[in-house]
Amino acid sequence: MAKSSEALRNPAQAGREFSAAAVKLAVLPPAHRLSLRAPESSVSALSKALGLALPNRPKTSAAKGSRMALWLGPDEWLVIDDGAKDPLEACSKVPALHSAVGISHRNVAFSVVGIDAANAINAGCPQDLSLDAFPVGACSRTILGKVEIVLLRTAEDQFRVECWRSFSDYVFTFLTEAARDAAA
Amino acid sequence: MLLIRCPYCEEERPELEFRNAGEAHVVRSSDMASISDEDFEKFFFIRNNPKGVIFERWRHVHGCARFFNAARDTVTDKFIVTYKAGMPKPDLDKITDAPSAVAATEPPAKKKPARRAPAKKKDA
Repeated sequence: MAKSSEALRNPAQAGREFSAAAVKLAVLPPAHRLSLRAPESSVSALSKALGLALPNRPKTSAAKGSRMALWLGPDEWLVIDDGAKDPLEACSKVPALHSAVGISHRNVAFSVVGIDAANAINAGCPQDLSLDAFPVGACSRTILGKVEIVLLRTAEDQFRVECWRSFSDYVFTFLTEAARDAAA
Repeated sequence: MLLIRCPYCEEERPELEFRNAGEAHVVRSSDMASISDEDFEKFFFIRNNPKGVIFERWRHVHGCARFFNAARDTVTDKFIVTYKAGMPKPDLDKITDAPSAVAATEPPAKKKPARRAPAKKKDA
């Protein structure tokens, strides 16, 4: 009898990487992800449960330990934790009104590192990624080519690109071409 | 590429992040069952198509995902002002940075009072 339950599963795009002269692309390891929506009155209780202050300004993020919270909208955050603790559990104990949806498997994350990282992303992303407009820690939901991404600047020359899993092949291929062009 | 100011993100963002969502300030009747067919038609189907300033809903769909309202000039494509959803229609005469865009639209508006009148009735 076929043992279909023992089928080998690889995370999407696992192990893919690319390096051009001034840009390096890599797939980031799987992480816990949480789509969090809450009214202003619940923010302090959720911040306490998650162990970090949810940012309330546009385009900002907060990080503590392995956990990050990215402002996406006035009542919407993306919480990422690549440690062992699932932020969903922390939120489940909060009685205040909120919606927390686990989207760990919905997204795939890439790192774009190098002095031309911003140029490579700008090949498909129309936002101003200069350090004045998009400083370290800035994050935004935006577009890359024809798909939606969430972009986070983790260092001056380092970005984290989050995209939907089914778009991940497109995003990685797009960034590969863009990295090649940025180097040329 | 147009830059559109999102009132929730509080900065100008590229137009590719936005999507138009039709005319703004169309008020749904609180007693839908009792309005006449003509009034329902006006509410549901009849939209302004002015040559000049139009009030529209826009959605920052690939950003904060929020709906907001904007006053746009359909001739020049200039966004005169954007403001949060639920806020009243701004007085365009008081917005000083685009007097020419507003003034240019006034003659066609006066020529067609019949078409503008129902829209004014609906204004929130």
